[in-house]
This record gives sequence, structure tokens and C-alpha cells, in this order.
Amino acid sequence: MGNLLPDKSRVCATTGLPVCNSAQLFIKLNAVFGVVALLIGVTAAFLLALTRWETVALLEPANYYKYLTVHGLNMLVFWILFMEMAILYFASTSLLNSRNFSRALSWGQVVLMLTGFLTVNYSIFMDRASVLMTSYVPLRAEQEFYLGLILFAVGALLGCVNFLGGLFIAKRDKTYKGSIPLVVFGALAAVIIAIFTIVHGAVALIPTWLWSIGVLENAPDGAWYRMIWWGFGHASQQINVCAMVSVWYLMATLTTGSRPLNETVCRVAFVLYILFINLASAHHLLVDPGVSAPWKMWNTSYALYLAVLASMIHGFTVPAAVEVAQRKKGIGGLFGWLTKAPWKDPGFAAFFLSLLIFGFGGGITGVTLGTHQINIIAHNTLRIPGHFHMTVAGGTSLAFMGLAYYVVPLIFQRDYPARALARIQPYIFGFGIVLMGIGMTLAGSLGVPRRHPDIDFTGAQIPPHLGDAGPFLAVVGIGGTIAATGALIFILLTVYTVFLGKSNKGRAMTSWQKPEQDRLTKSLITTHWNPEEEKLRPKGTLVLTGIFLASFAVYYFANWKALVDVWPVK
Amino acid sequence: MSIYNPVGKWVRAPHGFERVWIGVALLWCLVLTIAMPYWHFKGQQTSSGEAYTVAPIDFEKRVAKFVETNQVGDRAGTPIVQPAPGSDAYLVGKNWRWYPVLKLKKDVEYRIHISSGDYQHGFSLLPMNMNFHVVPGYDHVITLKPAETGEFSIICNEFCGAGHHLMSGLIIVEE
Repeated sequence: MGNLLPDKSRVCATTGLPVCNSAQLFIKLNAVFGVVALLIGVTAAFLLALTRWETVALLEPANYYKYLTVHGLNMLVFWILFMEMAILYFASTSLLNSRNFSRALSWGQVVLMLTGFLTVNYSIFMDRASVLMTSYVPLRAEQEFYLGLILFAVGALLGCVNFLGGLFIAKRDKTYKGSIPLVVFGALAAVIIAIFTIVHGAVALIPTWLWSIGVLENAPDGAWYRMIWWGFGHASQQINVCAMVSVWYLMATLTTGSRPLNETVCRVAFVLYILFINLASAHHLLVDPGVSAPWKMWNTSYALYLAVLASMIHGFTVPAAVEVAQRKKGIGGLFGWLTKAPWKDPGFAAFFLSLLIFGFGGGITGVTLGTHQINIIAHNTLRIPGHFHMTVAGGTSLAFMGLAYYVVPLIFQRDYPARALARIQPYIFGFGIVLMGIGMTLAGSLGVPRRHPDIDFTGAQIPPHLGDAGPFLAVVGIGGTIAATGALIFILLTVYTVFLGKSNKGRAMTSWQKPEQDRLTKSLITTHWNPEEEKLRPKGTLVLTGIFLASFAVYYFANWKALVDVWPVK
Repeated sequence: MSIYNPVGKWVRAPHGFERVWIGVALLWCLVLTIAMPYWHFKGQQTSSGEAYTVAPIDFEKRVAKFVETNQVGDRAGTPIVQPAPGSDAYLVGKNWRWYPVLKLKKDVEYRIHISSGDYQHGFSLLPMNMNFHVVPGYDHVITLKPAETGEFSIICNEFCGAGHHLMSGLIIVEE
């Protein structure tokens, strides 16, 4: 029993899911603004990659700082949050067989976030806010920079409220039976984290804004600002993790017909994120003054690494679900499920590469760099962006690109052109990010700082000697350029499709998979089957996660070894 | 099905390979948890976060007094300062340089007070790649024991404004 009126909704010809017209409008608006933010961020990415590649050294320092601010905010905040809003509209309507909660709230969300997005970009492009994404006080931007961020956050908060309202009316109108689907559960976890994240942002930025307009005489305390700001900055990346994992589950189902082995396990893992992830602002304060060693250890471990446990659980359950679905289709062998996976479907390729890059690249480095003492040899070096480009770009952004290869045909009802190019796009982007991440990690191990345009220190009073990081920085430049090219291909394809793509109204979207693959996947989605049958056991995934754990242990202990070699310090 | 409501009673404990993996992952998390306190007591490197609040202008006065009492030379316009072995040393990041140049003895422990006279800075000692954060208003005390002789650069690895990329300093270590 839905609450959707026939003249205000339609049934998707591909998935059979209902689509609320109002939600569809806001999914479209958010997706379009998200892609615009991505385009701005990618343009900056080219400039930055070609600056850090020392033989090119494109930008002057002042412009480097400016475009680094542009890149950080557009990629990490605007592109990702607009996409997350689109996901929230989808999860609270189509997946719950329900209508959009409130048009007024939805318009509020779009208008505030758009205003914030434009204001912040205006401020940076007019050279009024080259303070980088973190805007550490007492660095000072012009007032509209902080105000824009606050407006954007309030808009996101309205989107969260609208999502919760959507859950409420779906429950009230009994539009679904039993419990909410896993993807909606993941989105709900993301919303809960988003709410306390945004509160942190407000607590850090409102006094800073008041100081920038002269109401407060002194800047907020620098150490206080760092702790609260990272309650916003780090926790917002965990919204991304939640949203990304939800997208993994969604894409696994859409592209292979998978279903989770055990719903309880997946949901408990999301609850662990909610409970423990907020401690992670400590990751940024591990070599800070004024916070004690026990405080740093307890918080950086998310209590007892329980949020890491959650990611390791999803890292098993998602590929296991894919493996089991593949086995159900009759594919045998230890890794037959992988070799015969639909790698030419960009939705699948993007999602599975995202899983691998996030786990092997971003996850292992993240836990290691976030280890209290190891952080001494990592803090603010290029190792840090090396880590988070493999979580946020190689993980979240790539997963969202995979999502777009399905959302655009289903919601905008237009098919992608240039299919061959779309099929290789996730590989280009993923390869570029991994290459850049490795280059950054190696250069950072030599002490190359992040946020730095010129490690030659041309003109410094006492020129420092850094090791020969030139080759590694060339890898950063080349990898970054390849990744930005991959992202640009995605943008061009998507923009073309949205405005000029061939309409698929009234019929199913043109499948990315071979007819036989497609038929098998659809039959798994629409029929009832038990994923825990004995003969479907995911032994390949167990081997894969074993390899993961071994890689993790090697990297982790190698870093302790590197720490032993530096001077005694406390 | 991740996009449909779970049917029937879905609350149950994991079993099979899933259970095995969760057990292994939990054990690994315990290893990660124990490693940090273990190294705190048995290892030689940690960040205690020892710090005292101080107004930037007062900290700069302490630095000036420290330089006046202990200066032994000059490098490119920056005084070289040699504190008594095992004593306190002062270092301030301001106007895109680390001031002064410190001259230390190998294998002797020093309490180095680091703070900022303007923005936040990143104290990064090369080529060891040892990094500590510096916040104006906080006297961050790093207890450091140089283990090698030679000249070691300090750079700034936190963005501190237009001249950030020029910010550097020096620690000289002798037998």
C-alpha cells in the first residue's frame, strides 16, 4: 500500500520501483549541482597535479593555495553532499514505496545549499578566502566564506529532516511491511551522523563568522577550533563512508542481483559507525599540544577500533553477497565469481573498484596513519592526502560515479552515449587515483609536506634539504592528471546524457550487461532465494579478505619499524 | 535483498565464513588497540601533548631572552643558540621562519618549547620526518633526544598564509 498518487508518480520500467515526481525533481537538481561542483573541483585538480609535478610547476604559490581551497571544498563538501542529498530523496521514496515528505523543506534544502555553494566559490575565486578547506584560525577569510558554509550546512540539515519526515510518513501510511530495506538503513545511519556532524560545524564556524564580522574581538582558540572543526571535518567523511557502503549494497544488487547473507550483521555494522565514528576527530590531533596521550589513544582507536571493525565487516559482506549471487547463477571455482563478473558494466566496475581501493588503499593506510605514535612520521605529510584520496576519491566518488551510470538512465530517463568510453571510465579514474595515492604515500614518507607548492624552497632564508622526492612527485602529477581526466570523461558523458541523451521513457534502460547476464541478474532480483545455502558458500571472499588482512599487517608493522628509527621523543 | 524489505524473522547471529571473518577482524582490532599503550610504555617515541597556555607576545619574550643568554653564532641572519646540555630550548614559528637555529648535543635530552607568534604551523624535522603541530597560545613541549650528528632542516607543514612555502629552520647536532 503506497501513498503515491498515480498522477504524481510513475513506475520505473526497468526496476519496477515507484518514482515520486517531487522526489525525482530534487534528485535531478541535486545531481546537477553535484556534477557542477565536481567539474569545478576537477578543473582545480588538473592545476594542482601539474603544480606538484615539479618539472611542470604550473601555479604560483598564491594561486596554488587558492585552487587548493577550491578543490578541497568543491570535492570533499559540495560534490559529495549534493550527491548524498540525491541518495536521501531516492532512499526515502522509491525504496519505501512512499512520496517525498515536504516540497517546502526540499526547496529549502536546494536553495540554501545552492546559495552556500555559490557564495563560498565566489569568496574563494575573488581571492577573499585562500584559507584552505580547514580555515584554521587565526587565519581569516572574508565573512561570506563562513556564512556560505553555514548556509550550506543548514540546507543539508533540512535535507536530513526531510528524509526523517519521509521515514515517518512511510511508517504511518504503512507503505512497506516489516523493516526498512538495508540501503535505507544505511542512509539513515548517514543521516544520524550528518546531524551531529553539522552541529559540530555550526559550533566551530558560527563564532568564527562572528569574529570575521567584528562582533567577537578575538578569534576562537586555535586548539579548540581544531577539535570541534574536525568533529565536523572527519565525521563528514564518515557520512560519505555510510553513503558509499549503502551504494555498494545497492549497486551489488542492481548489477549482480545479490542479497546480503545476514541482514543483522550488515545493520549492526552500520550501528557501530553511528556509535563510534565521532571519536575520529582525534585522528587530526595526534601530535597536537594540550591533549594527553591516553586521550589520543582512546579516541583515535574509536574506543576499540569498533568503527574499523564495521568497515571490515562490510568489506566481507559486500563481496560475499556478490560471490553468492554469482554462484547462484551457476558460476563455480574459487574466483570464477570475480573473473566472470560484469566488468564491462561501469556500474559494477566502479562499485567493485571503489570497494578494493577503499579497503586496500584507503583503509589500511588510514588505520596506520591514525595510530597514535605512527602519526609522528605522517602528520601533515603528503601521506595524508595519499590516504584520503583513496578513501574519498577512489572510494566514495568512484562509487557515486557507478551510481550515476544507473541513476541517470533511471531518473533522467536518458541512456548514456559512447558506451565504450563509459565502460572504461571507472578504470581510468581508479587507476589514476591509485597511482597518485602511491606517489603521495612514497613522497610523504620522505617528509614531503602536504599543502605545499614548491619543495625546492626557492628563496627561503635557510634552504632545507629534502630527500629526492622528484620521481614520486612526478608520479603524483601523472596519476592526478589521469584521475582528473577520468573524472572529466564522467562529467562530459553525464552532462551530455542529462541534456541530449536518447530518451528511454516508457521502456527499460538500455542494459550495460549482455542479455544473458542481464536476464540472470533480473531473475535473482525478482525471485526469492536463500543466500545461505551450503553450496553457495563465499570461500573466494574469505581468501580475498585473508589477503587483505595480511597486507594490512605487513603495512602496519612496517610503519612501527620506521618509527623505531627516528629520534627518541615524548 | 538490499533494496527490498527483509522478509520474515531476519534477526539472527552470523554463521559460517561470515562468523569466522568477524572473529578474526575483532582479534585484529584488539591487536591494534593494544599496540598503542604497549608502545607508550616500551617504546621511545610518543606524543605526550605536554603544553601550557601562553600569550604569543609572552612566548616571544621568552625566546628573546633565551637567544640573548645562549647565542653562539649566526646563520644567514638567524642567531645560532646553544642551550646548556639537558636544559630547555625555545623555538618560535613566525613570519614564515623558525627562530632561532638550535645547536644541540647528540644523545642528550632537551625540552624544546615550540609555539607560534602568528598562525598555526607544522613543525617538521627532516630527514627523519618527525612532525608536531604548533598552535598560537600554546607552549608545546617536545622532549627530544637527538640520535645523530649533522644539520637537520625544519620546515612548516601546516598552511600559514602567503609565505608558507618559504618557512624553514635548522637544528645542528654535535657530538
